[in-house]
Amino acid sequence: MAVNKIPAFIDNIDGRNKKNKLFLGLVIAMSLLTVVPIFFIISKIIINGIGQINFNFFVQTSPDSLQAMTAITNNETIPGGIANGIMGTFLIVLVSSVMAIPVGMMIGIYLYENQDRRYSNILRNITEILQGVPSIVLGIISYLWIVKNITNGFSAFAGSVALSIMMLPMIIRSTEETMKMIPNEIREAAFAMGAPYHNVILRVLIPTGFSGLSTGILLSLSRILGETAPLMMTALGSSVINYNITKPTSAVPLLIWEFYNDPNMVKLVWSSSLFLMAFVLTLNILSRRIAAKRKIGKKR
Amino acid sequence: MNSDKLTKTILFSASLLVLIVAAGIMFSLIGGAIPAFKAFGLKFIITNKWNPTEGHEVYGALPFIAGTLITSILALIICLPLAFSTSLFVAEYFRNTRVANILSSLVDLLAGIPSIVYGLWGFYTLRPFIVNLGLSDQGFGIFTSSLILAIMIIPFATSLSTEIISMVPDELKEAAYSLGATRLEVIFNVIIPNARSGIIASYILALGRALGETMAVTMLIGNSNVMPSGLFGAGNTMASIIANQFGEASGLKLSSLIAIGLILFAITGIVNSIGKYIIKQFS
Repeated sequence: MAVNKIPAFIDNIDGRNKKNKLFLGLVIAMSLLTVVPIFFIISKIIINGIGQINFNFFVQTSPDSLQAMTAITNNETIPGGIANGIMGTFLIVLVSSVMAIPVGMMIGIYLYENQDRRYSNILRNITEILQGVPSIVLGIISYLWIVKNITNGFSAFAGSVALSIMMLPMIIRSTEETMKMIPNEIREAAFAMGAPYHNVILRVLIPTGFSGLSTGILLSLSRILGETAPLMMTALGSSVINYNITKPTSAVPLLIWEFYNDPNMVKLVWSSSLFLMAFVLTLNILSRRIAAKRKIGKKR
Repeated sequence: MNSDKLTKTILFSASLLVLIVAAGIMFSLIGGAIPAFKAFGLKFIITNKWNPTEGHEVYGALPFIAGTLITSILALIICLPLAFSTSLFVAEYFRNTRVANILSSLVDLLAGIPSIVYGLWGFYTLRPFIVNLGLSDQGFGIFTSSLILAIMIIPFATSLSTEIISMVPDELKEAAYSLGATRLEVIFNVIIPNARSGIIASYILALGRALGETMAVTMLIGNSNVMPSGLFGAGNTMASIIANQFGEASGLKLSSLIAIGLILFAITGIVNSIGKYIIKQFS
């Protein structure tokens, strides 16, 4: 422990105290510097974005470049909104949730039930590797699998596949962690009453771990909602609201990217970012709230 | 009894999906990259030309590998003092206080902001700032991208090292205090030696994060397909060249982009595995 290095008896206590205080000051200054960007980012987006937000923003589809230009030259607010993006995001995220959440929970429960098997360890390692795969690589994969071979063109489904591969490892891990928290007595009691295995899972384990499971789900949703790169290569974008998962579909982050690249629509960038950020951060904070509550509940 | 067996079989077959997806990713990336490696050989990795002109097609990954590694490592260096101070603030100096809670939730918020929003903020705020400082004409480039990456990975570097610093046993710290050590001496002689490998692992995992970041970097790096000329020069990363050119690519170019994806996949995989391995040794 290198305790012998501590110069406790060297008579230089003033200098050491000074150094000590100096370091504390440095730590406080650096820590405050760390949170400065978050205020800058959030205030910039709110200030620039709030002006464009009105009812139409949520129910109309995105304008084309010409409409936006006319509005700017006439000094009006740009017409239209991001309804196509909102519906697209909803569709893509819904489909990926349907694919990733049930399977991910099953795998998490499998890992919990077979904790010490070699196979489980291999599975855990592979899950960790999957979790580290950059989202852009998942975009390539979904392009190769779905766009080229299944939907024969860009589609919402391809976007969903990319995002569901992103979600899967997060769901698996949070399910396994949650299951580990459930006292074994509860399971044993259920088995002792003669409950069949699937009932133990569906009626005991999942309800008991509900708050933990929902934390994991909300966190993973907040992660995939803002993903842009994989959707550029799979869902592509669309200027109309689309409900067909085999057709190109827009999404809020895709619209932000389009607005960013079109000088006439730059104003819309901020309001759509504000919407996306508010949505993602709400989910994020909500999930942390649930997690914090669970911790307090456990202490009692 | 039979239904129990059925349930177990269902759970087991679900677990096969992970293996299939992982194997499928490897298979598709390698399969897609073969034409590029066939055309250019392993020299693909060390060629620094990217020329899509028909007839003179030459593709090499070196500028992008360099761009990715330089921006990510620079981001890590910028993030290090900030993340380390924050974890000391939360896990040592102001442990379990209200202000530490607020600080750590603010840092967590950084993790929730989408990459594209970071890119926008970087483009409209950070880039003009760099221009005003006179560091570069346009404000695009390696340094700007590293700065935004540093902000993006702070929460990942902080949360794990906070946890590890708070795990250092109180007895050890108290022993040092009883010998007359100041807090600074306790931090450098007791806490850091005890938590060293865990702290290093958390920075390695944060590096893994930075390597794969796409949108924010794409919007700030300047997207020029050459070797980065300096700290403030423009460049391109593996992720951003894929994001920029994948849409219109076909044939050999598409295969080269997939090959870059494969290299990116391999590098992040290796970096993450090292981080995870150190963590496992630690606990």
